[in-house]
Amino acid sequence: MAARPTALRKTGRVLLYLGMIAAAAGILLPFAWMVISSLKTNNQVFTAPIEWVPDPFRWSNYVDIWIKGDMVTWVRNTMTVSVVVTVLQVVTGSFAAYGFAKTRFPGRDALFLLYIGTIAVPWASYMIPQFQMLSSWGLANTLYSIMLLQAFGAFGVFLMKQYYESIPDSLCEAARIDGLSEYGIWWRIMLPLSVPALASLTIITFVTTWNDYLGPLIYLRDRELWTIQLGLQRFVGDYNAEHALIMTGSVLSVLPIAIVFLLGQRYFIQGIATTGVKG
Amino acid sequence: MATPVVDNPGALGLPYSDPPQRRAPRTSLKLRNALVGWTFVLPNFAGFAVLTLIPVLLLFYYSLTNWNIFGNADWVGLDNYARLIGDKSFHVALGNTFYYAAFHIPLTIAASLGLALLLNQKLRGAAFFRTVAFFPYVTSIVAVAVVWNMLFSPEYGPINQFIGLFVGGELPGWTVSKDWAMPAVIIVGTWRYMGYYMLLFLAGLQTVPAELHEAARIDGASVWQRFWNVTLPCLRPTMFFVTVMVTIESFKVFDLILVMTEGGPGQATLVLSQYIWQKGFEQFELGYASSVAVVLFLICIGVTVVQFLYNKRRDA
Repeated sequence: MAARPTALRKTGRVLLYLGMIAAAAGILLPFAWMVISSLKTNNQVFTAPIEWVPDPFRWSNYVDIWIKGDMVTWVRNTMTVSVVVTVLQVVTGSFAAYGFAKTRFPGRDALFLLYIGTIAVPWASYMIPQFQMLSSWGLANTLYSIMLLQAFGAFGVFLMKQYYESIPDSLCEAARIDGLSEYGIWWRIMLPLSVPALASLTIITFVTTWNDYLGPLIYLRDRELWTIQLGLQRFVGDYNAEHALIMTGSVLSVLPIAIVFLLGQRYFIQGIATTGVKG
Repeated sequence: MATPVVDNPGALGLPYSDPPQRRAPRTSLKLRNALVGWTFVLPNFAGFAVLTLIPVLLLFYYSLTNWNIFGNADWVGLDNYARLIGDKSFHVALGNTFYYAAFHIPLTIAASLGLALLLNQKLRGAAFFRTVAFFPYVTSIVAVAVVWNMLFSPEYGPINQFIGLFVGGELPGWTVSKDWAMPAVIIVGTWRYMGYYMLLFLAGLQTVPAELHEAARIDGASVWQRFWNVTLPCLRPTMFFVTVMVTIESFKVFDLILVMTEGGPGQATLVLSQYIWQKGFEQFELGYASSVAVVLFLICIGVTVVQFLYNKRRDA
């Protein structure tokens, strides 16, 4: 009698693990295929049956891509934009979040509602007037346009506000009585206390900006301004039949993000989960 | 000495003061606090207003003009909207947008909830799995689209090779076939986003009280009954939030389709956001494109408001 439930439970466990492994394999398969193909010749990419281990490993793809594409330029542009956007987003976002979470002023809640409302507004719906505006200021076809586009999103404000609200008001009160100004409270108390949230926001913003494709597609025309996403997309068009090389480029475009993500995935997951739950 | 009559008792540190004279400093304090609050919000809000709010307002104005590449934007009233009614491509784009949403929303919710339930069992390696499931979401759409397009190659692609092992006859043409392009895009969209929503569900599952499950178990409830009668009701706020977010996201779909199929073959995967793009940036009919954009805007806002109202009514 007693053996049955445990046996059942054991089979249950095994099934759960099998399910988890199958799901993980399924999710990762496209990436595995990408990496494998990046080490093949073009003819080897599509073979029936699939060649799971490249023979021989063609490492030269990883050299060729730097010669055939402008990888250096793309990476430099993307890095510049991502760093500037991240700094702006984190600084202005956490600054504004303090205003929304810990100070009172007329119109505060209405203003915050305006931020929330933009979640439901697709970028596609206002990209045309936005483009017109930035063009009229002479910012089209410059990296500044992409920086502006990404730097003032509502996301940073949300995330930091959620976090600041979990910090007790009494702490701010005490600091006020001790004579610290509101700016001092933000700088000396809130920022040091919100390092995990700041880390989340930094990683999320960096990754999003790195991966942005539509912004650069609309705004950046000159080759020397292309970001890695735009460069990769154009590369695919130019080298249509070079499947292996295209996969090499894809791997290189994903690699930095994979590293950033793996290093910070704890913060990343925390950040998404906390903004998500309380909405 | 009689009671001193002073102009400003507060200034002398007297214990009482008459109201009109105290109100003045209090208002200025309030004003100062408000100013401080505004200075915190302003740097971000200025950027947000200029780059998001103003363009949204301009959109409505432009949709009532015949603005085109030559720069003239003459007022045409509702002409653009009248034109939408007879525009076949617009109808196709509208239909495809709903087609995508109709499948992407339930599939993504089912997949992400399934993954979350799987991970909520205390399994070793769950943290690793969470990272794996989330990975598609952080990778760029271009790399994702490029890889999947190759996986979907009709003749030699790995997916059709795999399907060919089990089924004979004609295999799906995926992104190059009118009937299969949308399913292909939906599959990739679901694969990309399910890890994100899984995370939200996982956070929600943490709030389900273990005692409730224990009690139901003792009462002899099956796994299915416990899921249906305990887990799901507790998960309602999360479910609502996820549904709203997936819905918005599916009506917004743009870059995935632009990179995978460019709306093709023909117009098989043309969605509203891409139609705006075509009209605006390829054919330079900016006024007309703006009217399509207004429709997309209204759909997204409308659907969200309806969901909130419905949720409120159920809560009441």
